[in-house]
Amino acid sequence: MRSDVSDLYQEMILDHNKRPRNFQVLENPSHEAEGYNPLCGDRLTVFLNVEAERIAEIGFQGSGCAISRASASLMTDAVKGRSVGEARDLFDRFHKMVTTPPEYAVEDMGKLSVLAGVREFPVRVKCASLAWHTLKAALDRDGGTSTE
Amino acid sequence: MTPHAARGAAASRIDVGRVRADFPILRREVHGKPLVYLDNAATTQKPQPVLDAIAHYFTACNANVHRGVHLLSQLATDQYEGARDKVRAFFNARTVREIVFTRNSTEGINLVAHSFGGRVRAGDEVLISAMEHHSNIVPWQLLCERSGARLRVAPIDDRGDLLLDELDALIGPRTRIVAIAHMSNALGTINPVAEIVRMAHAKGAAVLLDGSQAAYHMPVDVRALDCDFYVATGHKLYGPTGIGVLYGKEALLEEMPPFLGGGDMIRSVTFERSTWNDLPHKFEAGTPHIAGAIGLGAAVDYITAIGLPDIQQHERELLDYATGVVAGVPGVRLIGTARNKASVLSFVLDDVHPHDIGTIVDREGVAIRTGHHCAQPVMERFGVPATARASLAMYNTREDIDALGRALHRVREVFA
Repeated sequence: MRSDVSDLYQEMILDHNKRPRNFQVLENPSHEAEGYNPLCGDRLTVFLNVEAERIAEIGFQGSGCAISRASASLMTDAVKGRSVGEARDLFDRFHKMVTTPPEYAVEDMGKLSVLAGVREFPVRVKCASLAWHTLKAALDRDGGTSTE
Repeated sequence: MTPHAARGAAASRIDVGRVRADFPILRREVHGKPLVYLDNAATTQKPQPVLDAIAHYFTACNANVHRGVHLLSQLATDQYEGARDKVRAFFNARTVREIVFTRNSTEGINLVAHSFGGRVRAGDEVLISAMEHHSNIVPWQLLCERSGARLRVAPIDDRGDLLLDELDALIGPRTRIVAIAHMSNALGTINPVAEIVRMAHAKGAAVLLDGSQAAYHMPVDVRALDCDFYVATGHKLYGPTGIGVLYGKEALLEEMPPFLGGGDMIRSVTFERSTWNDLPHKFEAGTPHIAGAIGLGAAVDYITAIGLPDIQQHERELLDYATGVVAGVPGVRLIGTARNKASVLSFVLDDVHPHDIGTIVDREGVAIRTGHHCAQPVMERFGVPATARASLAMYNTREDIDALGRALHRVREVFA
């Protein structure tokens, strides 16, 4: 089955690319990590303020393609206010969603499901997951990540 | 019809329809659309005679070279060495002793950086340019780290032209080697390499030219250029991957120590000491890529039969047309507008990231390259993280360019 590019570039993705949410630097974040995809040069930094095991504030900065930027924006909305445990759980579920071959059904993840379309575009999966890997690295406090 | 279609409508001197018929892959579809292959600077497609030569070697002549007395080994050796002579003629080298088969251009550059580089001392200098592919940067950085030499970089201007006066000024008494792309993969710039060779030789520096991009777009005469080394890669010359060529002046290659040691590169081996084989075998350790060399021989035969001057003319007209079509897409900024360039159209489109451009045009059947093109310093020079790059070869047509134009309009629709 053929998928059209509009399956990938859905309205919500284009909107988050054009007007990314939480596109900000946090002063004195409790957690921070930089993510880099050497394949395409996409680079982003995720900032977190974790208070009592809850993500009180989140921001990101960086440059990249529409998919990586929209994914980062959607991610920040999805994890803001959640506990660290819930954020890690979302990471696992998101990762599973974008790496499941397109012929298999995947869990409905609400807004995040707009990124399930990358499964039809294998080289773009890394774009969609860069922000999430960076979030995980920030929570693990290992300072940097790369999707390579 | 775009306004460009009328311009330069003079019939191309090569019969592109017939050329296309020689390339079986051009008949396939991608994503349900006819393939429009515009990623030639990454690798070119292969014509039937190349595929046939490789298949014939494996089905009728497969044996190791320079060894057995049996018939197949003799046939394989004749074909392998015959390919070397074809490549010699293609680059107009004086003798096959000057033609070393490598894996690719990268290996050729590394060979020179190691073997010729053995004479580079602390305080010496190696000069490259700001438009080099990583393969013509990193081997020299490694040499400088080993030797204590200093890497210098000749700058380019905003069009992507080398600043020749500055390059000349950077060649000093300690400059041992000047390593420059004959043509830039990211910008399409054709460098005035004969002039650069004269500048370098006037100050006693050797010159390596990276011909990876140039060799399939224009005739290359290593004797006329008077370069000391010239490298090229087979898979861009319509031949297979895994085979490349290093040309070196015989006197230099004679003086240089081997690069890799092993079988075939020796004359005699004892545990006390070994002696080296004659040129070019001294630089070809181990069983070579025999099928690759034979395929490359068939490829240069094919190119020669079509004729590089005519290919050059065809591609020049097509690049002109393509430049008009791509620059005519609203929001496009061309990266690389040198006065003398070939084949390559690098561009960015408003704030649409090149990877998004690449994905969308791919779904329209159009294959282009997006990214930093293994030339990160070039991207930095032009202040972009990446570009989209269309690159032409002998089999491309105005219809291909029109398809690219339509696909770019589709990108604009998606990101409207």
